[in-house]
Amino acid sequence: MTENGLLQITLYLAALLLLAKPLGLYMAKVYENRPLFLTRLLGPLEAGLYRFSGVDPEQDMRWQDYAAALLWFNLFSGLAVFFLQILQAWLPLNPQHLANVSFDSAFNTAVSFATNTNWQGYSGETTMSYLTQMLGLGVQNFVSAATGMAVLIALVRGFQRTHAAGIGNFWTDLTRGVLYILLPLSFVFALVLVGQGVVQTFKPYQSIPLVEQVSSAATAPAEQTTQTIAIGPAASQIAIKQLGTNGGGFFNANSAHPFENPTPLSNFLEMLAILLIPAALCHTFGAMVGNPRQGWAILAAMTMVFVSLLFVTWGSEQSGNPALASLGVEQSVSVNQAGGNMEGKETRFGIVNSAIWATATGAASNGSVNSMHDSYTPLGGMIPMWLIQLGEVIFGGVGSGLYGMLVFALVAVFVAGLMIGRTPEYLGKKIEAFEMKMASIIILIPAFLILGGTALAVIVDAGKSAIANPGAHGFSEILYAFSSAAGNNGSAFAGLGANTPFYNTALGISMLAGRYGIIIPVLAIAGSLAAKKTVPTTIGTLPTDTPLFAMLLIGTVLLVGALTFVPALALGPVIEHLIMNGTH
Amino acid sequence: MVFNPIKPALLMLMYFSALTGIIYPLIVTFSAQAFLPRQANGSLIIDDNNQALGSELIGQAFSRPEYFWGRPSATSPHPYNAGASSGANQGPANPALLEAVQTRIKALRNADPKNTKPIPVDLVTASASGLDPDISPAAAVFQIERIAAARHLPVPKVQELVKRYTEPRLWRILGEPRVNVLKLNLALDQRLK
Repeated sequence: MTENGLLQITLYLAALLLLAKPLGLYMAKVYENRPLFLTRLLGPLEAGLYRFSGVDPEQDMRWQDYAAALLWFNLFSGLAVFFLQILQAWLPLNPQHLANVSFDSAFNTAVSFATNTNWQGYSGETTMSYLTQMLGLGVQNFVSAATGMAVLIALVRGFQRTHAAGIGNFWTDLTRGVLYILLPLSFVFALVLVGQGVVQTFKPYQSIPLVEQVSSAATAPAEQTTQTIAIGPAASQIAIKQLGTNGGGFFNANSAHPFENPTPLSNFLEMLAILLIPAALCHTFGAMVGNPRQGWAILAAMTMVFVSLLFVTWGSEQSGNPALASLGVEQSVSVNQAGGNMEGKETRFGIVNSAIWATATGAASNGSVNSMHDSYTPLGGMIPMWLIQLGEVIFGGVGSGLYGMLVFALVAVFVAGLMIGRTPEYLGKKIEAFEMKMASIIILIPAFLILGGTALAVIVDAGKSAIANPGAHGFSEILYAFSSAAGNNGSAFAGLGANTPFYNTALGISMLAGRYGIIIPVLAIAGSLAAKKTVPTTIGTLPTDTPLFAMLLIGTVLLVGALTFVPALALGPVIEHLIMNGTH
Repeated sequence: MVFNPIKPALLMLMYFSALTGIIYPLIVTFSAQAFLPRQANGSLIIDDNNQALGSELIGQAFSRPEYFWGRPSATSPHPYNAGASSGANQGPANPALLEAVQTRIKALRNADPKNTKPIPVDLVTASASGLDPDISPAAAVFQIERIAAARHLPVPKVQELVKRYTEPRLWRILGEPRVNVLKLNLALDQRLK
């Protein structure tokens, strides 16, 4: 651990917490339909959209109608991405003449982008045409993110309202999220990224004569005299992929690719974008429930878990690979090198920026990477995996992270209520049997998908044959894949050869159940809360805007996460760590 | 009124597809091509004859002793295939990783038997993208004597060149110090403007 590393981490957290507040308050205005400076510019687009699609923006939906609107919209979204992929060879904007995508891979990718997972079973530059990237994947980057945010806002309305039948209007929540939040941020961010060197063009791939004109290795098939450089309309997609906790890269190597993340500055901004909206939404929540401290308590809990786990990843990666030390390889940090475990990492990012990114992307259900998690040290790679397994609530996906965390808050007040023998309340709403049943479903679904899916995959040959690394690490690859899919994260221990009918189907189902199996009960909670009366705060009410509650919340999240997943983690990263350090 | 979400769902998706899937990328492309054409098209290095020598952001494979070598690349079917980026995805305890590292160490030692210094880790471990344009300053310094001998150049001259192409952290804080291998090699060949 170096002084410079500490400085980079401090700067990152400071920028994140500073920007989160104004953005969070702005988003509260957006969703409460208050006038904005952007309304003059984009207001006509919004009104035009409602007219075009025959939507009454004043309609207040019951939770069942809200859910139905969301599901139909997401179904059509998935179908659009699916058909774009299986027809792309006959569609325009395909300068590399890429073939149609296979049915199972197209199904997986369609589900993946509609559910805001952005698991990449495919390799971008060799599979997807420019049109598929823009019109299929790019659009879902926006609307799947806005879907998650809409569900959160609906849940917050459940706390706000009293004796209400409705929880808002899905169409306006979706539209306002895209128009006033995601689109303006992405536009500015995309141009900044181009300035740093991210490509944005419709030209075909470039072919350039190599400087050293010989075959560089005996394994090369023929003499290489030119380098084919993949380019494309990348910046516009990378901006929203980072901001919307999507994470699906334009290129196979994601944000490790120099055209997707060329400089330390682009890296800093892309890392900031991973956590920005999830952190800001805590302030949106605080503002909308009329008590900013409620938002702060949750943001503090998230930040504390994030920072502690970041230090585990950083420390573990910086300590390097004991197997290489014995070979005379210099892994110690100096002014001239980052040192540490550099396998699968880029020179310009070194150890500390790879560790921040890996922890943030695991925490936030973003799933983009700037280094290859499969090559991390056992404990370094365990952290992003465990953050996913905690339920993607430490920041979490845009919207989905906070609605997940609010469900954990309900569980926390329920546990506290049991201890003191009172009916638990949160934000003036009594938490009763229905809410707790829904919360249990929300917590159990991902656990079932992850552990059940992994168990299935290690039994059948189709699951085992995809493993790339032998031993305990191979088990970790599978466990990570199902965690990533069920948690709608999208990052991977990418050695796993998951572009097979078995994994495309199994992970596709996990993504679907992990998304909608949670959204529906969350909306049910929202509907139930909105219908209740608000009880006054008394001396017996557990305050939920205090450091004590933040600690209780952390305890609840970690306890559930640890009890559920420690046995599985012991079979993967833990045992690998013990073997690796025991034999060297 | 019966609630029917099907038609609005379909029309909303069409509208957002046009807005975020066509208009938005077109406006970004137009702005990028108008104001930042060099970056938007891949940051190509152009010589005096208007010939592209490569992209300053994308590494190339070097294996001759008179060039600086970059990070090992795991792209397939050949290293530094910029049409198919990829890392090696080898786990830290994978025997294949140790074997690969040993092969790389051997190649470095064979190219410069006199150099017995410990080898900087980035020179024997595969990058994440397989296209890493940079090596650490330590990895460049490690190779200086080999290049000087192969090119019959005085060592201080190569040292000076390495120093000139060493990029510090941004504002002395962000990222890591690094050396762009392609630019350094082009400078050795005196092909940079």
